[in-house]
Amino acid sequence: MHSSLRYKIIALVGNENVRVATAADAVAGVQPKLVIEPGTESELAEVLRLANEAGLAVIPRGGGTKLAWGNPPTRADLVLSTAQLTQIIEHAWADLTVTVEAGCTIQRLQETLSEHGQRLALDPLWPKRATVGGVLSTNDSGALRLRCGGLRDLIIGATIALPDGTQASSGGKVVKNVAGYDLPKLVTGALGTLGVITRAVFRLHPLPRNSRSFSISAGNAEDMQRFVLAVQDSKLAHTFLQSHFGGEAAPVSDILFEGTEAGLTAEEAQLRKLAATRKVSQAGTSNWTAREELWSFSNAGTTAVAKISLLPDHLARTIDRVERAAQVHQLRWRALVYATGLGWVGLEGKPAALKDALELLRAELETHGGSLVALERPEKMTDFDAWGNAGDALKVMKAVKKQLDRKGTLNPGRFVGGI
Amino acid sequence: MEARILDEFLAIVGERGLISSLEELHTYECDGLTNFRVMPRAVVLPNSTEQVQAIIRICHRERMPFVARGSGTGLSGGALPVTNGIVIGLARMNRILEVDFSNARVVAEPGVINLDVTGRVSPQDYFYAPDPSSQSICSIGGNVAENSGGAHCLKYGFTTTHVLGLEVVLADGSLVHFGGKTLDAPGYDLAGVFVGSEGTLGVATKIILRIVKRPECVRTLLAAFPSTNEAGAAVSDIIAAGMLPAAIEMMDNLAIQAAEAAVHANYPNCGGLLLVELDGPVAEVEALMTDVNEICRANGASEIRLAQSDAERALVWKGRKAAFAAMGRISPNYIVQDGVIPRTALPRVMSEIERLSQEAGVRVANVFHAGDGNLHPLVLYDRRIAGQEEAAEVLSSKILELCIEAGGSITGEHGVGEDKKKAMSKMFAEPDLETMQRVRCAFDPLQLSNPTKVFPTPRLCGEQPGEYLAHPAESAGIAERY
Repeated sequence: MHSSLRYKIIALVGNENVRVATAADAVAGVQPKLVIEPGTESELAEVLRLANEAGLAVIPRGGGTKLAWGNPPTRADLVLSTAQLTQIIEHAWADLTVTVEAGCTIQRLQETLSEHGQRLALDPLWPKRATVGGVLSTNDSGALRLRCGGLRDLIIGATIALPDGTQASSGGKVVKNVAGYDLPKLVTGALGTLGVITRAVFRLHPLPRNSRSFSISAGNAEDMQRFVLAVQDSKLAHTFLQSHFGGEAAPVSDILFEGTEAGLTAEEAQLRKLAATRKVSQAGTSNWTAREELWSFSNAGTTAVAKISLLPDHLARTIDRVERAAQVHQLRWRALVYATGLGWVGLEGKPAALKDALELLRAELETHGGSLVALERPEKMTDFDAWGNAGDALKVMKAVKKQLDRKGTLNPGRFVGGI
Repeated sequence: MEARILDEFLAIVGERGLISSLEELHTYECDGLTNFRVMPRAVVLPNSTEQVQAIIRICHRERMPFVARGSGTGLSGGALPVTNGIVIGLARMNRILEVDFSNARVVAEPGVINLDVTGRVSPQDYFYAPDPSSQSICSIGGNVAENSGGAHCLKYGFTTTHVLGLEVVLADGSLVHFGGKTLDAPGYDLAGVFVGSEGTLGVATKIILRIVKRPECVRTLLAAFPSTNEAGAAVSDIIAAGMLPAAIEMMDNLAIQAAEAAVHANYPNCGGLLLVELDGPVAEVEALMTDVNEICRANGASEIRLAQSDAERALVWKGRKAAFAAMGRISPNYIVQDGVIPRTALPRVMSEIERLSQEAGVRVANVFHAGDGNLHPLVLYDRRIAGQEEAAEVLSSKILELCIEAGGSITGEHGVGEDKKKAMSKMFAEPDLETMQRVRCAFDPLQLSNPTKVFPTPRLCGEQPGEYLAHPAESAGIAERY
């Protein structure tokens, strides 16, 4: 990197906010040179512009909890961190909205919102460290998506910094708004390949008055699918419904209800009726973090975690395929699937076997209109594409990328189809 | 239009699918916003995706702009034809292709009427949630273009929440698929960008919708307040109490009078009427309805009624949904405005509208989706009285400015279209709009799909496939290439 550029960056953001990258800053095995933590959104945009002008590759980073997701970058020069952009700009509690900078952690945001009995109705991974910008860029939603929608339904405004230095806002501060293109949705799940999200506006939900959760055991995956579809087809107003599968254990579903005590009692009675002979027990709050447990396999060198998407009535079939693939390739496995059809599979075994199993599963899911995105995988199997097939929309995606990031400055090669 | 092109269209859609005589074209010269009129060169009515592709390939070859049109009920001129362009009417593509109850999905063509989706799935106790007031005539394709809302989007979300996937014909005639039946397809959320893009990114030819199970019960309460201020305070308290009603609607006295005259909804005569609808499990709804009742009383409601039957509930909604059309009963002409404010700004904005209305000597009736701050001020005037129309237009734009100043939006559900292009520069800065236009260039580099809408200043895209051809706007000197 040219030293004059480095001086320009230091002059802009201050010496204390620029440091040489260490091995800990590596991105999926690729070593960047500098880590920069701008103090304001405009500084961030300006650093990005300078880097783009100089032809450097930029890796945006929030809390760094999901930095390994996606394909390894083809180049990595600067890590552009939002660590200093942590301000909660406005919690308009009476309007049920919040404007927040991208580097604020989810946990800190939730703590502030809870002072007025509200929440961002989202349960992402590792909220203590995960930031607003990182969660948005990876589109990381959990079980609450069933009732409250995903990030695409919660985000109502965004400000992004583009590689040419443009700071562009879209959406707004009100929940209902159809003025202009919905670019907040475009950057949600874009893995930082179009622009760096510096600020977001969300719609909020009230914290529930009371809640009750239950676990329901089923004999096998088919029985679990019958139960899940029956709940979905019922009048129950559950907040989430997720099913766990894995190894020898029988499948278990967790269901959460929120509301008034009177409402909850009625819901419980209906649930028990629907569950019929299946065992129903009160559940604690531990099922909230069920997804994080998929990462608890012992060795990162032999673990892969994939996000899967399927039609709800393909649940049993999919689990059967996971089980068979695991058997053939001698893998340990577990899976967590939400009633929305989104789910997560954790596999542990030799990298070559993991790769074969994931390829098999991806083919199976894609045949039925679903998808498999391998988010975490051992460094030794990086030749396996993380994303899979984006179909005939890929040409438009590439055109959008070219319009906003002409030189391929942001996260080069990390996204779908080589974007 | 040149006969050779007409012949080509004819070969694609047949005689019943082509309109080119002047008298028949009049039907298509405007949409629900009737003060803008442009005569299209022709109207083509395809009945399949392949026909849409064939038509658009011709447009692309001829560099001829096109505008897609559903039922033509839009209120911002989104389906207004563009000069020298054709209209692609999608009314004949009105088949529901697939209903999948286990996965709660419906695949529909763009010409399917919104309410017909619900009609098709209601025997199994499902419904399609977005419910614009025009739902009995507006089309799903139009809803996709405008990201239509409706009274129940407070709880259920907008069209974009319920569109999972799209088959789209791009402006070069190629076919692409965004999203799908499953969630989170790999790649950018182009379905999310397409919904609400007002026909400027291409033409949707198939739409994958999510349907919703009907709640166990629905309860609708009417509360009469001395003015919209007290009604507004009650709304704030309901939200602060942690409730998320299915709908909260408000009408002022003038709007009540009009609705009464039109459909005899039996509304109490008062200064501010609140309609609160809760749905869900019976026990939950009844517990919360008690709270809503108390909140209304505490805020000075003089009369509170709970609709006692489905018929009564339907009548209550009929009054609300007919409110725009009902203005004809109390005023010869009116402008339907659509703006959004943060809900807390309601009392301030309302008194300012009142002041502006008195100053201008023009009456304003107010109907809002109060839960989400979406205002529909109806500016009433009489075209026959000299100066009234202009005064009404000025007042209507001032109301939009109030919305922007309050931190809101120039449109909550009707769209920008032709009508509010200029206001876009008041709500967004130049870099914001340029970024949106760059996205447009990725979809439609020649700007053939509903050009001249949404953006205040036409901008042409830098890189173009194929040979260079000057855009009409460029030749005319009203746009520059960048």
